[in-house]
Amino acid sequence: MNESLRNIWTILKRELTGYFASPVAYVFIVIFLLLNGFFTFMLGGFFEQGEASLSRPFFNWHPWLYLFLVPAAGMRLWAEERRVGTLELLLTMPITAWQAIVGKFLACWTFLALALALTFPVVISVFYLGHPDGLAIISGYIGSFLLAGAYLSVTLATSAITRNQVISFILSVVICFFLILAGWEPVTNLLVRWAHPDIVELVAGFSVMPHFANFQRGVVDFRDLLFFASVIVFSLFSTSVILRNLRGA
Amino acid sequence: MIHVENLIKEFGPKRAVNGVSFTVKRGEILGFLGPNGAGKSTTMRMITGFIPPTSGAVRIAGFDISEKPIEAKKLIGYLPESAPCYSDMTVNGFLRFTAELRGLRGAAIDSAVANVAGLCFLEGVLHQSVDTLSKGYRHRTCFAQSILHDPQVLVLDEPTDGLDPNQKHEVRQIIKRMGQTKAIIFSTHILEEVEACCTHAIIIDHGTVVANGTPSELKSRADNAGSVSLRVHSIAAETVRTRLNSLSLSGKVTLQGSDVTVTARIFPRDRTLSGELARAVADLAIKEGWRFDELYTEEGRLDDVFRTITLPNSVKSTSKD
Repeated sequence: MNESLRNIWTILKRELTGYFASPVAYVFIVIFLLLNGFFTFMLGGFFEQGEASLSRPFFNWHPWLYLFLVPAAGMRLWAEERRVGTLELLLTMPITAWQAIVGKFLACWTFLALALALTFPVVISVFYLGHPDGLAIISGYIGSFLLAGAYLSVTLATSAITRNQVISFILSVVICFFLILAGWEPVTNLLVRWAHPDIVELVAGFSVMPHFANFQRGVVDFRDLLFFASVIVFSLFSTSVILRNLRGA
Repeated sequence: MIHVENLIKEFGPKRAVNGVSFTVKRGEILGFLGPNGAGKSTTMRMITGFIPPTSGAVRIAGFDISEKPIEAKKLIGYLPESAPCYSDMTVNGFLRFTAELRGLRGAAIDSAVANVAGLCFLEGVLHQSVDTLSKGYRHRTCFAQSILHDPQVLVLDEPTDGLDPNQKHEVRQIIKRMGQTKAIIFSTHILEEVEACCTHAIIIDHGTVVANGTPSELKSRADNAGSVSLRVHSIAAETVRTRLNSLSLSGKVTLQGSDVTVTARIFPRDRTLSGELARAVADLAIKEGWRFDELYTEEGRLDDVFRTITLPNSVKSTSKD
């Protein structure tokens, strides 16, 4: 195995076991599943919709669920290292900051994927009750996974800004909220009154919603993949810049 | 092994480290002294590559820490000031994690962890969570991490801070033993520690090196270093003073005590003459038939040197009085 991959793997392993060493992981998973069930069956009208599909009753809620749960899962990643001082230990090891960033990101993303995978009973239910479009469900899951990754990368950056987890959480919720609302009509209408149409379009382009909606409908488009990938890469890059400035000043 | 050249670090308008240079060779233990806020930790953080210097260079066995950070960091073991550990891990898990990052694999990890656990008396708590450990154990866990990969260079920021006297002694013994084959730099507030284990010492104040030498060289810079102290009984103080003043080698003579017991401190005219002065004083005392029970040459105390060098001028003059 390549040395940098090995370092990433070491950090990933540590972070992931860290989640399960404390009650955090279990609390998170239970709440995630409970909320998912509640939204799907009580508010989403899973039974009332009269068709075998997960798009509206299930995936529709994910941008909102993740809005709070992903920052909660990721807020400690750097903030805690800064507070306790282990950051100094980690960054004086013979590894690059990038390896640490990617390792932490992948660890938390794996954890979120695990929580998402545990929603499988809803898939079983829908297949039991009718004949859903299996591919649409798969693409919905891919979209949800990417959405979680995008939010998580934002949280990773906000977590590096501060040693206070609460601040990191709030900042990240606000930014993710912006990513949801950017393309929403009331927000664009607000901008249209004074901003140049190009700016309105630029801001609207940040919205995760249309990209996620495509996955929900069962469309896996390269442009949507590119969108999520660029949000993640940009945020991870910001994290590395923040960490470098932190050590410089 | 450690080569520090004109290191400067600025935090905004404040210059925390201002042109520090020194070299530590293999087999040397450098004691890094200075008041709080003098720039010790900042210097060590630059040596270990945690923060980049504003200017200047650090080379570890020839590898520049800014240009070849990975190669340089591989050679270093580092104990940060607060001895941080991942509190959600067990001691064993933490040590194995750092061993893996250090590039150890498989059986090498097992033996390295077993080895440092023995050295640092951690066997009893290996499977305990770091959370539940007392400060001393946590400190030793972090210290264990720094020596785990048998590094050629050790940078220890206050390695004995917060330990009980036995643990302090133990850590000093480890440092001394390892100092024979490694280049070690450690910071401390405890001056006896420097005398006990360092081959060299540096005093740093306001970001600059204000003294640099072996511990005995530094001690000889004390104001009273080289003076001879004599305690005599039942002799009039004035007699003692005139007799001692008459010695050709003696410079200033100060007296303390009553007529029953008088302690005289005789400063040599020239510091290099202090050995001869002591013999001359002894000869005089015997010739005069004085009853004396104490006669020694003052080596100088590191504390005094530290105080005179690092205290601001105004305080210095009052403290001498």
